[in-house]
Amino acid sequence: MSGKPRLTYLNGRGRMEPVRWLLAAAGVEFEEIFLETREQYEKLIKDGVLMFQQVPLVEIDGMKMVQTRAILSYIAGKHNLYGKDLKERALIDMYVEGITDLMQMILVFPFSPPEAKEKNIDSIKERATNRYFPVFEKVLKQHGQDFLVGNKFSWADVQLIEAILAVEEKIPAVLSGFPQLQAFKKRMSNMPTIKKFLQPGSPRKPPPDECYVETVLKVFKK
Amino acid sequence: MSGKPKLHYFNGRGRMESIRWLLAAAGVEFEECFLETKDDLTKLQKDGSLMFQQVPMVEIDGMKMVQSRAIANYIATKYNLYGKDLKERALIDMYVEAIIDLNELLIIHIFQPADKKEQHLATIVDKATNRYFPVYEKVLKDHGQGFLVGNQFSRADVQLLETLLMAEECKPDILAKFPLLQSFKARISNIPTIKKFLQPGSQRKPPLQEKDVPKVMKIFH
Repeated sequence: MSGKPRLTYLNGRGRMEPVRWLLAAAGVEFEEIFLETREQYEKLIKDGVLMFQQVPLVEIDGMKMVQTRAILSYIAGKHNLYGKDLKERALIDMYVEGITDLMQMILVFPFSPPEAKEKNIDSIKERATNRYFPVFEKVLKQHGQDFLVGNKFSWADVQLIEAILAVEEKIPAVLSGFPQLQAFKKRMSNMPTIKKFLQPGSPRKPPPDECYVETVLKVFKK
Repeated sequence: MSGKPKLHYFNGRGRMESIRWLLAAAGVEFEECFLETKDDLTKLQKDGSLMFQQVPMVEIDGMKMVQSRAIANYIATKYNLYGKDLKERALIDMYVEAIIDLNELLIIHIFQPADKKEQHLATIVDKATNRYFPVYEKVLKDHGQGFLVGNQFSRADVQLLETLLMAEECKPDILAKFPLLQSFKARISNIPTIKKFLQPGSQRKPPLQEKDVPKVMKIFH
């Protein structure tokens, strides 16, 4: 046993990608098990390793953790990415939750019917540019610091850079009205652990394609 | 200014109810400002009071907090309802996140179109009795303690009780096969702050009625 966290999920982004980002940002090496068939998934359930019969599953520090937010909170807490006190944590939580709402739109996008896809891209663009990005643009402008909270790298920064890149994949010019976010993106991308994660061959997963969607439906269909 | 937390939401459960439960369980008095019309929401948005243009919003300790999980995390930590260390927090988080998943189903039930309601109820009952309740029943059985985590009252206990009661509103005998959850329900309901919250006249909100659905939809859509 290696002592490294072990992630069990599909071989794709889905709900596990933020976990991969956070571990990578914290400089933590991890192993992955990929679900490819329904049988593998049913075996996991039968073995009783999935508390609520769902993945993501992360085996870490003797625990079999499930529920993405629980996993992320634990990793952030353990690796000092959760602010220095309760009030900084409150800010980080608010920012992360807002970003997660935006990411949720991206998460479900591949599963929307073809005729709805254009409208959904418009919705993502609308929310990103009118609701979410302006908040972080303003935060960065007001305090003039490199990081979102407490002048220190945190979970909020990791979540935001992940979201920016994910939205840009769909809407390449989305940051055009956001100079602070453009600078933030550059800054974060150059941090050593993140830079490494953004290179080919890292555990970062590519955007979901039809093959991924098929696998999801095959493994999890009821 | 009273110093009490001030909750901004419509006069109903929705995504604010868990926060009301948590504050009440912690013995914290709070004020409420109810949105009645879309204009009320628009005004808050224009004021810049809502970070992402959404409620719930809770004014607390000089902050205008939004995002129900962020708010609940803050309250739980401030009032020592979040375990004693990182590992207990991890357990509490896992339990609470699953409860939130079940709560989501319960919250949206009233908004289902008439022809989908029965199926949706069946889904709720299936998930509650096959996926979620057995976990908590087993947790209580395995450690034999009064509370879910660390032999100490925590937000996990508060949120589980809230959900058990809401599930019973959907199907009164839903706990029939879960003796430990039944005794848990009785035990936690008797904690003084919770007992008080469960009495008529408290700030606990009733379930949304069909006739009130259009009004709520108008505020948010």
